[in-house]
Amino acid sequence: MPELTPAATASPLRRARPAILVLAVLLAAFALLPHVYGNLSLLFTLMAFITLAQGLNLLYGFTGYLPFGYVGFFGCGAYAASLLVLHTGWPMLVCVGIGGVAAVAMALILGPLLRLSGAYFSIASLAASQILYFVVSNTNLADVTGGPYGLKIERVFSPTGSYYTMLAILLAATALAAWLRLSAFGMGLQAMKQDPVSAAMAGVPVVRMRLLAWLISAAVAGLCGAAYAWNISVFYPDAVFTLQISVFAIVFALFGGVGTVIGPIVGAVILYSLYSAIGISTPQYFQLIYGVLIVLLVLFLPGGVLSLFARRGIRVF
Amino acid sequence: MELLEYAIVGGILYGIFFSLIGIGLNLIFGVMRIINLAHGQFIVLGGYLAFVLARDLHWNPLWALPLSIVAAAIIGWPLYYAVVPRLQASGDPEMLSFILFFGLGQAVEALTVLGFGTDQRSLPSDAMGSGNIGVLGQEFPDSWWVAAAVSLAAIGLLWLYFSRTKLGYATRAVMSNRDEALATGIDVHRVSALAFVAGLALAAIAGVFVPYLLGSVSPDLGGELTTTSFAIVIIGSLGNPLGTIIGGLVFGLGTMLMQTYYSSWSNVVPYALLLVIVLLRPQGLLAKAARNA
Repeated sequence: MPELTPAATASPLRRARPAILVLAVLLAAFALLPHVYGNLSLLFTLMAFITLAQGLNLLYGFTGYLPFGYVGFFGCGAYAASLLVLHTGWPMLVCVGIGGVAAVAMALILGPLLRLSGAYFSIASLAASQILYFVVSNTNLADVTGGPYGLKIERVFSPTGSYYTMLAILLAATALAAWLRLSAFGMGLQAMKQDPVSAAMAGVPVVRMRLLAWLISAAVAGLCGAAYAWNISVFYPDAVFTLQISVFAIVFALFGGVGTVIGPIVGAVILYSLYSAIGISTPQYFQLIYGVLIVLLVLFLPGGVLSLFARRGIRVF
Repeated sequence: MELLEYAIVGGILYGIFFSLIGIGLNLIFGVMRIINLAHGQFIVLGGYLAFVLARDLHWNPLWALPLSIVAAAIIGWPLYYAVVPRLQASGDPEMLSFILFFGLGQAVEALTVLGFGTDQRSLPSDAMGSGNIGVLGQEFPDSWWVAAAVSLAAIGLLWLYFSRTKLGYATRAVMSNRDEALATGIDVHRVSALAFVAGLALAAIAGVFVPYLLGSVSPDLGGELTTTSFAIVIIGSLGNPLGTIIGGLVFGLGTMLMQTYYSSWSNVVPYALLLVIVLLRPQGLLAKAARNA
């Protein structure tokens, strides 16, 4: 509920202060952590999941459209960037950028899905991502996409390069969420999330804005997937198209609280830490925990854990 | 021609079975406007029930059919009262229930792995007759025919319930308008709880045949079964059990034809059908799906 708090009427710089604070904390944390904690790939994956949770939040948190097939854009970015660097040998950063563009192009093709609503949209987007996966991994297309044998881009392998690229994408995704939180555009999205008809009457260009949010969200996932492919450099199609990625992004975002900037970050940090502690050796216990968590969240805390603070009158950014 | 006949006969049997796979989801959606995203996981549980009976007690897996109904009542009744009334009172029941049942599905899947391991399990192949029955010169194992017969019987019973019993009338009243049904004095919660249990029971009954029709049952099958069920339900029409048969047949024939002629693409069938239907015929086949913003 975007109510007019004193902060909302203050000067632009004061309003942007929480955003700058969140970005500074993220930047400092992930720039310093590699110096004190040796497992760079774990930190990288954590950043990837915060980014994905934030990217999903850009769409679900602000428009109410929950894309179960969000991983489709992730895989799309991973494949576009990897195929491009294999065939052209362009600098990997350029290819990562084009990976994001490819995801946006895919989102445009899938744009008609936005005509659906609620659960229909969720399941239709899931179907679309599964089709992408089956096409990419099909043996008949092995000459083009590598089919089930995956792709190898180990000659551009760069753990540090991909790490800082992912950090930049994470900051960009967070800045976008902050922008949605503070701008008239974001306000319009939230208005039509609550009541599309009234929002349209009030002059909000509903269809165009929703499409824009969908494209932005897809771009984040595409860039994230491209950087992820760069980081692991050898991958099979199911590594970048597994529904687990969508599921984690959704669970992390919901756990923290969607529609806020720090919710997905908090959710991803807490749950991914739990996952790396118990989930890698015994994934079924982790699955059980988050399954039960979701049920409890929906029943008792639909706003995520951060809504506990909001209930006590603390304004969550 | 030989291949075509094989695909058509097989597709019809497979399709009738998949009507049963989808119908529980359709029933729960029709009555409660809730998408049971844990549907596939309950189907898998039915498969494991049959597996445990066959392995540990050496019973015929068909005993799992009545036991499925008992198990569905034991799980479904408290589950209904624990979550559904609360969800229906919330601001956005459709989306919240979607997320809740997604979480429930994940928890059930994890428990299935903890209970039975991740291995693919199959059932003794001769438990439902070891022969083949042929039609048009095309032979299919007995278990396929049993599965199709049970599916038709279950759907037939559901149809009788809707068209011949008082409780069935009440259920249809709730389906067409929940508030008016409430106003006319129908015990909506009782009717809904019964439909919820019936939906889970139908899922578990379908699960008993999964090891035969799909070769084996494993915990990770759930998600895929849910999506396939969803596709079948919306190809037919939502809330209409007989429509689900049409959906099942379209899916069964489509899958079998693809497996016969372009086998590497056959796993795309349910997803492609789903997308084509929701995007091209939303108004005709699922009037409630598309809302213009």
